[in-house]
Amino acid sequence: MKYIRTGVAALVASTCLAGSAFAQSSISDSSVCLITKDATNPFFVKMAEGAFQKAAELGVALYSYAGKFDGDHETQVAAIETCIAQGVDGILLVASDTKAITSSVQQARDAGLAVIALDTPLDPLDAADMTFATDNFQAGVLIGEWAAKTMGDTSDARIGLLNINISQPTVGVLRNQGFLTGFGVEIGDPSKWGDETDSRISGQELSNGNAEGGREGMENLLAIDPEINVVYTINEPAAAGAYEALRSVGRENDVLIVSVDGGCPGIEDVASGVIGATAQQYPLDMASLGVEAIAEYAASGELPAATEGKDFFDTGVGLVTDAPVDGLDQLSVEQGRELCWG
Amino acid sequence: MPKALDQENLGQSEEESVADFSGFNDSFGTRVAHFLHNNPATVPLIVLIASMVIFGILNGSRFFSPFALTLILQQVSIIGIIAAAQSLVILTAGIDLSVGAIMVLSSVIMGKFTFDLGLPPEISALCGLLCGTLIGTVNGMLVAFVKLPPFIVTLGMWQIALAANFLYSGSEVIRSQDIAQQAAFLQFFGGTIRIGGAAITYGVIFMLGLVAVLSYVLSQTAWGRHVYAIGDDPEAAELSGVNVKFTRVSVYALAGLICAFAGWVLIGRLGSVSPQAGQLSNIESITAVVIGGISLFGGRGSLAGSLFGALIVGVFTLGLRLLGADVQWTYLLIGILIISAVTVDQYIRKSV
Repeated sequence: MKYIRTGVAALVASTCLAGSAFAQSSISDSSVCLITKDATNPFFVKMAEGAFQKAAELGVALYSYAGKFDGDHETQVAAIETCIAQGVDGILLVASDTKAITSSVQQARDAGLAVIALDTPLDPLDAADMTFATDNFQAGVLIGEWAAKTMGDTSDARIGLLNINISQPTVGVLRNQGFLTGFGVEIGDPSKWGDETDSRISGQELSNGNAEGGREGMENLLAIDPEINVVYTINEPAAAGAYEALRSVGRENDVLIVSVDGGCPGIEDVASGVIGATAQQYPLDMASLGVEAIAEYAASGELPAATEGKDFFDTGVGLVTDAPVDGLDQLSVEQGRELCWG
Repeated sequence: MPKALDQENLGQSEEESVADFSGFNDSFGTRVAHFLHNNPATVPLIVLIASMVIFGILNGSRFFSPFALTLILQQVSIIGIIAAAQSLVILTAGIDLSVGAIMVLSSVIMGKFTFDLGLPPEISALCGLLCGTLIGTVNGMLVAFVKLPPFIVTLGMWQIALAANFLYSGSEVIRSQDIAQQAAFLQFFGGTIRIGGAAITYGVIFMLGLVAVLSYVLSQTAWGRHVYAIGDDPEAAELSGVNVKFTRVSVYALAGLICAFAGWVLIGRLGSVSPQAGQLSNIESITAVVIGGISLFGGRGSLAGSLFGALIVGVFTLGLRLLGADVQWTYLLIGILIISAVTVDQYIRKSV
């Protein structure tokens, strides 16, 4: 049991194959379910780690579930049903399908469970009792502003965007639209990307949020427009892949790459000049705050209020760069390293 | 039946005589079927050329540039190599769902052994290749000696190798810059030869060389002919003195080795070691093999076909992206190609 409690590896093994659960022995009465999109993405691995640490500290029983892959809706539905049957006090959910999951979430809430959406807001947002997330639009705005200020004159900008995938999940849309807004590009409908008419946008491609997809997406962007000089990437693995594609054509030094996430390898990429700036988010905080909130809910029946001026609880975002510009709050690479995850 | 064509498909010598016998009343249709039977790479080659012409006309010089054309080669290099491994297995009427997982696990071993255990990158690469071969051998033993269906064996091995990959790597990426500094040998296949706008990586050269060598081995050696014979009719092959069990194990082991090489090429392409890569390689390789005209029933098809199949997918993907089409159109058209290819295969089977 002790091994299981501390061993994230065991957690990964169990969840990636069967979406099964490990429970932690409990000394208090409250219990929490954590359901993530998958158990292989370092972001969720770290999130589970944060949740297990906090649960151990508070003596809360934590059951962890994950989809088999990002987008695995069925396993998440089954996990919610299991959590209801287990009679836990609340669920921390990182939803794969933000619309379709809402009926299962409603079932859980009807059964008296508190449901907190982590990282990814549900659609509609108020389908969950509360949302603990990065302000992804703001994250995009920060890197957009940084890129615009770094370039100075943005009229010659030729922008390539590397998104997650074609289904346009909200996180990806918010970052993309935030980036364009921060950069000074007129966005059309803020609920989707790809409807902009600004001629500075050379193309929008997909990356699946990993290095392999990032490289292929960047290659496609270069085939569309070899003169691209600003690249937005959905996350740092995609940015690393994009950099490899640029390196293969000898253009790695004249293209500005910005990203979002703040994972430790990503921060190292900022340090070594692969990524110009990245907006760092804090998954460990999301999870530990979530566990705390559910424990509090079990005791008092109350949930934390949303951040002022927003309709969710903002867990914060920091702009990490080694080339700071005037007029923006920025973290140095050293500060980013201290806060990084994964 | 023109005898000159026999060279193309020596494994089919038994069927060849049957074809000669029925050759007295050949209609045009059966002649075409015979020709395709003996030259299984013809249809995918025609489709490849046609799709290049169509996308070339639609996209103009953006597509017919040395940059775009060599880019397609780079983009299909991984799947092309995996498809070669998949072809070997499918020629024996098997299937290998674990190809992508073997590739990723091997690349992770190459990276982790270098950075965690401090081994020289050459030794780590060797360990990665050994790991791939070993997994392939286990697959082969289970299929040949325990007589489990290949689909089930490799379905299980897929999960095992993938889970081992995530457990061992902790889902953590090894950064490109670290590898370049401390173990540049692992990025060997990322090396590029540039001629004008064209860029050929060593990975691409490896893919082309691999297909050439395997094509030769399959058509010119006893082992190659045994592979075809087993796919066609394992009992007949056994009765004719073919060591079916050994050949099966060797095919899966070789497939594992090739996948491990694909893992090495993957490090060259990504620069980094990424445990998240290659999740759909099994499906993509089967797609390339099927579009390439290799029969899922075994015993018929050529390695060149699967390379053409991979290239067709690459041409469609880049061609449609340059046109600005929604990526779903790529999947839709690839789906049509798969079904068409299997239909052609059935037609050939019935008419020969």
